[in-house]
Amino acid sequence: MENWVVASLCVLLGLTARWTVSLNSYSGTSKPPMFGDYEAQRHWQEVTYNLPVQQWYFNTTDNNLNYWGLDYPPLTAYHSLLCAHVAQLINPEWVELHTSRGYESPAHKLFMRATVVIADILIYIPAVVLYCLYLTDGSARRKVSTMLCILLYPGLILIDHGHFQYNSVSLGLALWGVLGLGLGWDLLGALAFTLALNYKQMELYHSLPFFCYLLGKCVKKGLTGKGLILLVKISLTVVVSFTVCWLPFLSDPQQSLQVVHRLFPVGRGLFEDKVANVWCSMNVLFKVRAHLSPDTQLYLSLVSTLLAVLPSSIKLLMNPTFWQFKLALVNSSLAFFLFSFQVHEKSILLAALPVCLLINDLPLMSIWVLLASTFSMLPLLLKDGLFLPYAVTFLAFLFVSTYLLRALDRTTVEALRIGPYVRLYRTCFPTINLPFIIKWKFALCLLAMAGLSFTSVAVDPPAKLPDLYPVLVSLFACLHFLGSLVYFNVVQLMESPSKDDQKKMK
Amino acid sequence: MAASMPESWSWFFALAFGVSLLKCLLINTYHSTDFEVHRNWLAVTHSLPVSQWYLEETSEWTLDYPPLFAWFEYGLSHIAKYFDKEMLVVQHLNHATPATILFQRLSVICTDIVFIYAVKECCKCVKGVKGSKDLLGKPSFVLAVLLLWNFGLLIVDHIHFQYNGFLFGVLLLSVARHFQGRHLEGALLFALLLNLKHIYLYIAPAYGIFLLRSFCFTRDSPDGSLNWRSFSLFRLAALGIIVCFVFALSFGPFILLDQIPQVLSRLFPFKRGLCHAYWAPNFWALYNVADKSLSILGVKLKLLDVDSLPKASMTGGLVQEFQHSVLPSVSPLVTLICTLISVLPAVFSLWLRPSGVRGFLRCVVICALGSFMFGWHVHEKAILMAILPLSLLAVESKEDAGIFMILATTGHFSLFPLLFTAAELPIKILLMLMFTLYSFTSLKMLFRHEGMLISIPEAAYLTGLVPLEMFCEFVYPWTTWQQAFPFIPLLVMSVYCALGVSYSFIRLYVSLLRAENTGKEKPQ
Repeated sequence: MENWVVASLCVLLGLTARWTVSLNSYSGTSKPPMFGDYEAQRHWQEVTYNLPVQQWYFNTTDNNLNYWGLDYPPLTAYHSLLCAHVAQLINPEWVELHTSRGYESPAHKLFMRATVVIADILIYIPAVVLYCLYLTDGSARRKVSTMLCILLYPGLILIDHGHFQYNSVSLGLALWGVLGLGLGWDLLGALAFTLALNYKQMELYHSLPFFCYLLGKCVKKGLTGKGLILLVKISLTVVVSFTVCWLPFLSDPQQSLQVVHRLFPVGRGLFEDKVANVWCSMNVLFKVRAHLSPDTQLYLSLVSTLLAVLPSSIKLLMNPTFWQFKLALVNSSLAFFLFSFQVHEKSILLAALPVCLLINDLPLMSIWVLLASTFSMLPLLLKDGLFLPYAVTFLAFLFVSTYLLRALDRTTVEALRIGPYVRLYRTCFPTINLPFIIKWKFALCLLAMAGLSFTSVAVDPPAKLPDLYPVLVSLFACLHFLGSLVYFNVVQLMESPSKDDQKKMK
Repeated sequence: MAASMPESWSWFFALAFGVSLLKCLLINTYHSTDFEVHRNWLAVTHSLPVSQWYLEETSEWTLDYPPLFAWFEYGLSHIAKYFDKEMLVVQHLNHATPATILFQRLSVICTDIVFIYAVKECCKCVKGVKGSKDLLGKPSFVLAVLLLWNFGLLIVDHIHFQYNGFLFGVLLLSVARHFQGRHLEGALLFALLLNLKHIYLYIAPAYGIFLLRSFCFTRDSPDGSLNWRSFSLFRLAALGIIVCFVFALSFGPFILLDQIPQVLSRLFPFKRGLCHAYWAPNFWALYNVADKSLSILGVKLKLLDVDSLPKASMTGGLVQEFQHSVLPSVSPLVTLICTLISVLPAVFSLWLRPSGVRGFLRCVVICALGSFMFGWHVHEKAILMAILPLSLLAVESKEDAGIFMILATTGHFSLFPLLFTAAELPIKILLMLMFTLYSFTSLKMLFRHEGMLISIPEAAYLTGLVPLEMFCEFVYPWTTWQQAFPFIPLLVMSVYCALGVSYSFIRLYVSLLRAENTGKEKPQ
């Protein structure tokens, strides 16, 4: 069968999964007074539609920043404005100033869900398709299999189409950036990534690899000749696109400062809720927030994040290949997620995206991390009433990816890239069969995730420990993320200079 | 017949598991009143004695399936009580708590295991094509997808809500048993099926004649005609015992209770109209439209007096009660006669020129389609009875593949009005696109050496469905006519699809006759 047919079938299947998930409840369904992310997005439409640009980020009588004040960069605001104009055409009540607060109706839900799917179709899905067709190795069938796996990644589907957010826009733009870099269109890549950054400031998690890769490339070309020209071109692209995005806020320094202040709310503490990063997990034993001053927390997180990112960034700077770049994206975003300030559980999606890009190269490990990332958002999904779609999409992804990518068959030491570990262990256990152990560990971890998922739903936690399950979930997920940070760093740093062995295994 | 089977069946389980997960994602979609119908039957069978099953009428959705299906519901109800006991109370009308919905949806998904098993058996019976190494190019793979991922079954069972997957599972298993030469088992399964849902009576002629002709007569004369001396009384007796046993099991209790007339009146409610609220795309839809056009024409040409016409309620929205003004009105008896006439040639050919299980299967499809074309109060869902068995033929012959494409596409499209809610609109379009795209390209690939599957006019007709859908669901609702004539989109869809279904019916007959001619030529 022609390849384009199989590819379109995969895209249709991905769309079907998205739309069926979107029929479920969303974050904050009928939960006044604050509702949830759905209301936040609707409120931004209301604010951007009714107020002049100058007031969007300021606390005024018409714009109460304590009620879902705008705290994303300008592109998000423009997107809200665009949606608001469409909403206004359909039903002006949806975006009426003040009176539309907490507006909920089946028709409105349909409209909001449609905006997410449309954004997905326009930005994220084409990027995934192009990435798989042009930047993955292997047969045509294998490329399409990779595409289906990435499109069915449950975390993004559940958060965007279940919980309600527009991550597919920022992640999609970042993926366009990756595409640009991978295909050698550096300017396009820089432009797309700048747009991603201006849609969600969390894209900073990916910024270091982009920066190091482009800089490294320029240096390699020679900073006195071609490299310099490229560097100037790239810098110009970034500066111009930034300026265009921020144009309405540049007239008055006060404006820009306020936007920046909204984007980086340093006052909100090291972390909120339960998130599977180092600080929150450490909190079980040592109450970081109670013992350290806010400033110390900020510096502590800053320093540890930088330390965690440093090795992969330096390696990428010295050796700017696309393979290194993909690994650096994973390492950087994981390090930011684990150590940086004010991390949300949903930010794991930023790490999940680059892991998705590795799913063809390192199937078992990538699937493992992706499943753990979905699992880490379980408490949030339970709160939104999304257990059923969670369970189904989780199973579907596990099954489809292990089946299509033959993840459990491709487990030699070379395919898993665990040579360094084998060498390390061999001194003590000469006969160790590491791939075998890893497969068993994978199965046991899956069992633990399944067990914890079902007890979270079926069994009430003991009265003394009401947060028992969320804490267990985030601890368990955090261990996974720490482990994968180490693993992907080792893969990146130990990579042999020739890419032959990588080609061989396909 | 036993095709060379691929070493591993893992792909089959992958397909089955994948579609089961998709079904689970559909749990929270819209469900029709059939959901309440089956909830009520659970309650009736669970909380009342058998003697009351066919008398109970608290809910308007009284039990109108044969007794074995009632026992099936009785069995389910014993699992249902662990989900939500309240759904088993007859008085709790329209009880649809999340637990109830979960249970009912899961019951459909789980009983589909019968269907999955049946499809696996059918796939084993398909003739393999030599030289296709590619898994996607194997007829058994294509057949598995066409059946397991069938668009109609997905939306009728898992969105609209019914148990067709389970029932078609029994039917296909019975067909597969005939393919495997296990005819008694096949007969038993079909007898069970008849007692689960009596709509399958429509294909009983094919079964009866086939078993009598090809099973009870052990061999043919050298020229292919009937050899009276090969008649096996033993085989006939075995068949008779099996069928009588199943019917006794099913209807026996009601004979003892002296309720047979009551049960039959529930099973065959002729009080309903000629056409369902939404016209199934069959002959009567064309007949109704012809009548309406003639009456309008007649009034225009002053041949008819407006006052003398019956007050046809076509402008009243639902067209349940449709009175013909020019053409003669149709009674149930007439539809029965038309149906019989429409299937008789096929049945005769099955008797005179038996051509194995494939000929029998063709006759099954013609019987199903004939009853769909001419039956009384036909539901649009009944088209699946023709589409699913035809899938088996479609992967083996180019001609049938062409008919399948036309019939499946128009038949599936005519199911669209079942899902009229805005939220389900994208689902039906996406699933339909997936199924149609897959069936077209995979069948085209199977017969890539044999030229075009459908002619250009046929392709143009099928392409016309796209603008039709656009017009009916996206453009028309915004026009001013929507208020005055809300039924127009349904009517147009029904008539347009009726053309395709009728055309497929004729093509099937042509292919049957042609096969007969080539069969006649062979011995010469």
